[in-house]
Amino acid sequence: MGDVGQTPRTLSGLKAGESAVVERVDADDLLARRLLEIGFYPGAKVELVASMWPADDPVAIRVGGATFALRRQEAERVKIR
Amino acid sequence: MSAAESRIALIGLPNCGKTALFNRVTGSRQKVANYPGVTVERKEGYHRSASGRRYRLLDLPGTYSLTPTTLDEAITRDVALGRLASEPRPDTIVLVADATHLPLSLRLALEVKRLGLPMIVALNMTDLARKRGYSIDRERLSKELGAPVVETIAVARGGADALIRYLDELSSETTTLTPNSEWREPSAEDVQQTHIEATRILAACGYREPARSDFMTSVDRFLLHPFFGLLVLGVLLFFVFQAVFSWASLPMDLIDAGVAALGEWVRGSMPDGPLRSLLADGIIAGVGSVIVFLPQIIILFAFILALEDSGYLPRAAYLLDRVMGSVGLSGRAFIPLLSSFACAIPGIMATRTIPSVRDRLATIMVAPLMTCSARLPVYALLIAAFIPDRDLGGFNLQGLVLFALYFAGVAGALLVAWTLKKFRGGNDTHLLMLELPDYQWPRLGNLAYGLWERARLFLGRAGGIILALMVVLWFLSTYPAPPVGATGAPIEYSFAGQLGRALAVVLAPIGFNWQISVALIPGLAAREVAVGALGTVYALSGDETAVSTALSSVIASQWSLATGLALLAWYVFAPQCLATLAVVKRETNSWRYPLIMTVYLFGLAYLAAFATYRLALWFSVG
Repeated sequence: MGDVGQTPRTLSGLKAGESAVVERVDADDLLARRLLEIGFYPGAKVELVASMWPADDPVAIRVGGATFALRRQEAERVKIR
Repeated sequence: MSAAESRIALIGLPNCGKTALFNRVTGSRQKVANYPGVTVERKEGYHRSASGRRYRLLDLPGTYSLTPTTLDEAITRDVALGRLASEPRPDTIVLVADATHLPLSLRLALEVKRLGLPMIVALNMTDLARKRGYSIDRERLSKELGAPVVETIAVARGGADALIRYLDELSSETTTLTPNSEWREPSAEDVQQTHIEATRILAACGYREPARSDFMTSVDRFLLHPFFGLLVLGVLLFFVFQAVFSWASLPMDLIDAGVAALGEWVRGSMPDGPLRSLLADGIIAGVGSVIVFLPQIIILFAFILALEDSGYLPRAAYLLDRVMGSVGLSGRAFIPLLSSFACAIPGIMATRTIPSVRDRLATIMVAPLMTCSARLPVYALLIAAFIPDRDLGGFNLQGLVLFALYFAGVAGALLVAWTLKKFRGGNDTHLLMLELPDYQWPRLGNLAYGLWERARLFLGRAGGIILALMVVLWFLSTYPAPPVGATGAPIEYSFAGQLGRALAVVLAPIGFNWQISVALIPGLAAREVAVGALGTVYALSGDETAVSTALSSVIASQWSLATGLALLAWYVFAPQCLATLAVVKRETNSWRYPLIMTVYLFGLAYLAAFATYRLALWFSVG
């Protein structure tokens, strides 16, 4: 994976109502695999439905026809473009 | 492989309607137990098809993949792989796919197919999906997957007929598939590949995704909003507790009057003697004072079941995750804890869906602090006796106090969880990753069935445990008879009176008299029994009006306000019923946690009652 030279955006950086496309999920641990399994694979379209105050934790994300609630540390694993 | 019977396992995503389909096929021919050694529920059912073939269906826990993150999901994988010694490998897998939400189900299907077992894909909820514009070339899908694809509507009569026909066809052929013994856990790369494959197949089958109305999204924006969402949740919970109190009052008055009339009738139509006393004072007064709370329990459960059915509960978990996370609980703990408001036992069993062991233990430890429906009778009695039925700023004062008591339980739980977190230290990671299913209207049939179950459970308890305890208590409080020339009420000389006096020494500092001390003992077996026990104790205290008038007016005249409030505070933390402790023992597989739980609950209850009693005395004097 080429480094773009800046910190890539993650799911937790999205604003409510904003859409994006998943670029990748880093690493190959249980969390990464589960994120992939529930639909956050490269190329998947995502939309942020809502995020909690403060610090956007957790967030509610629409992906592949479903909605998931993710904690910040989970959302940050999903890099987007 | 038996020719007469085949083993079918149902696998699918959470919320795909798998259990509804299972119920549709098996009807009432079900057996619910646990897998040996673990606390995962095993649901098995039978079906005999028109051709006379017998099927054994296993409803496996819902999962997104065969890589487990919870105990439940591990069972699904192990059964599918034939790794469980107690469970023969299924002959056929029915992959239940939610048609309104196909991509993830299809990915799971591809993963399951690699197991090498015969598989049938059941496209479930096709009625709903079609209404929303879904379409797919089913034959093509079947060809792509190399497995038959059928449509099912689990909630409709005959909605599983196509599936059963296919099962018949499949098992009459001799299958040549051999289970893949080389199965290994998929890597992240494998997971991505199956996604790509699923996307390709969907495109090849001309899949049209069912539309989700913008309205649903708008509703979610509002209900998940950090401010408005929490506001709605607060108002909703508040409304529920108000309703529990105000809607139930009419049916409760009716039951009360009926019980009193029955007692009078028995008193009038039987000769004086031990049997009349047992019937009127022991059984009717005791059991009657518990049954009277059935309307409140039904109303509370109606709300919980409707919220569950509508898909709102996981959203509440989302809203509260932050608060719960700050004390070391997962937002996922919300659902077990909410169930604990009805009864801690299903609540504690529901903690199995929490992936982290530590989170799960913390949730189990605080679950009994949620005000379960068994405490409701005690609260209701004391509130009716000591809190005036007044309007306060448009709200019923009694309802407000009830809300405050529930709130105190929640606050206590947060405090205990926070303390646990401090004790164990470290900052382990918590997973939330919770699906928020589409909203739907609660189905009346489901609701009615759920309520019927609860009512039966409650009445079963009233009929069984409570009845037995009432008889024992009646015996203890009737014998030995007072000595000749005794001046006090007969119960003061009985076993119960003696026991109560001994306990009262310890409980006097928190304002409890000996009657309360007596009632607390059977209250250990089941909290609601304490109310019945008070009924029995007072009916036998020579107070003839105790049975005919409501118990609440008796205690209102005999106890101080401080005592009433102290008993309320005691019951916020009250040592739970023995059944809860037994479940904690079973779920944690150790005596350690039930012991810790008992000690800390007793301690908190005593402290809270002491503080309340002293403060109330101080205020009423000063």
